[in-house]
Amino acid sequence: MSKFKKSSSTSNDIPTAALPDIIFMLLFFFMVTTVMRETDILVKQQLPRATQLTKIERKSLVSYIYIGEPKNPSLYGTEPRVQTNDVFIEPTDIIQFVNQEKDKLSEVERDQITMSLKGDIEIKMGIVSDVQQQLREANARKVLYSSIKRLDN
Amino acid sequence: MARSKNRKPAEVSSGSMADIAFLLLIFFLVTTTIANDKGILISLPPKPDPNEPPPVVEKNDKNIYAILANSQDKLLVESEPYEGTMEELTEDIKKFVLNFGKPGEEGVAVYNSLPSSLKSYINSNGRDPASSDDPIEAVVSFKANRGTTYELYINVLDAVYKAYDEIYAERAGLTVEEWLTLDKSKDAQREIYAQAREGIGRNISIAEPN
Repeated sequence: MSKFKKSSSTSNDIPTAALPDIIFMLLFFFMVTTVMRETDILVKQQLPRATQLTKIERKSLVSYIYIGEPKNPSLYGTEPRVQTNDVFIEPTDIIQFVNQEKDKLSEVERDQITMSLKGDIEIKMGIVSDVQQQLREANARKVLYSSIKRLDN
Repeated sequence: MARSKNRKPAEVSSGSMADIAFLLLIFFLVTTTIANDKGILISLPPKPDPNEPPPVVEKNDKNIYAILANSQDKLLVESEPYEGTMEELTEDIKKFVLNFGKPGEEGVAVYNSLPSSLKSYINSNGRDPASSDDPIEAVVSFKANRGTTYELYINVLDAVYKAYDEIYAERAGLTVEEWLTLDKSKDAQREIYAQAREGIGRNISIAEPN
């Protein structure tokens, strides 16, 4: 009998020495993919829904313009406003904003700058049109109407 | 000196390393918003040159599919008040683009390059001579009012894009979903993309709201 007795010296613990390494790998993955929200959005943002969406290929070329009703009406009123970075601006200041954003890019990429327009569904086309006129003036002609995938069909 | 020989090598206890890493991991998990910015991409026209008058458009009315939106969010499609759904609008635009009423030379070439499923679709719709000549000539024009809501604007734009995307997808033999996920940075897929769009440009004219 003792011939076949299993040797009891083998331990059946899973080696956990590599566990920290695995966790670290996951950690680095999330650290790299994390984009911390750098701006406080001061306007209502209920994006429209659409089906034919294009994905942005290069995130570095994108700048964001937020349009919507201010979240804090007692301070900023109820008229839809345009927000870039952390502040409200007038549509006429958009040229300056676009030029600032273009300066961050290299010479060859400046024409490819894409403006992502994050508009609330309740705003009217008037303000959107004003913004677009300014974008034409500033020669930033690629515009993305940021929207969410609609699932019904 | 003799004493140090017997000393065990100093070790930092690494047992809690996994816990520290876990904490950091959970922090990043919570703060992560994986960027998923999607939307409808358009190109604005270049800014008008003050020295040059705006180009005069010489197009037959039948080649223009006019959509107007007013400030009450009502649509006027081809001079008729429109009450239907966006899906019906998509279908109408598709019929308009693929009408081939009186195709020019290039139009015939485009027609011949289409798969048979699309050809039978075109012929079943009767090739109305009062509608567009061929997809090269056909233009979808969309004009909104300053009081139109952004939501309606996006819905109509989406319907127009959908009509074109359905045509492209069918021409390339793909589903619309597959068509939309084509990766243009890969040569083979870019070729499919270019072939499907050849001759049927997405002629959408978005007028300035009045």
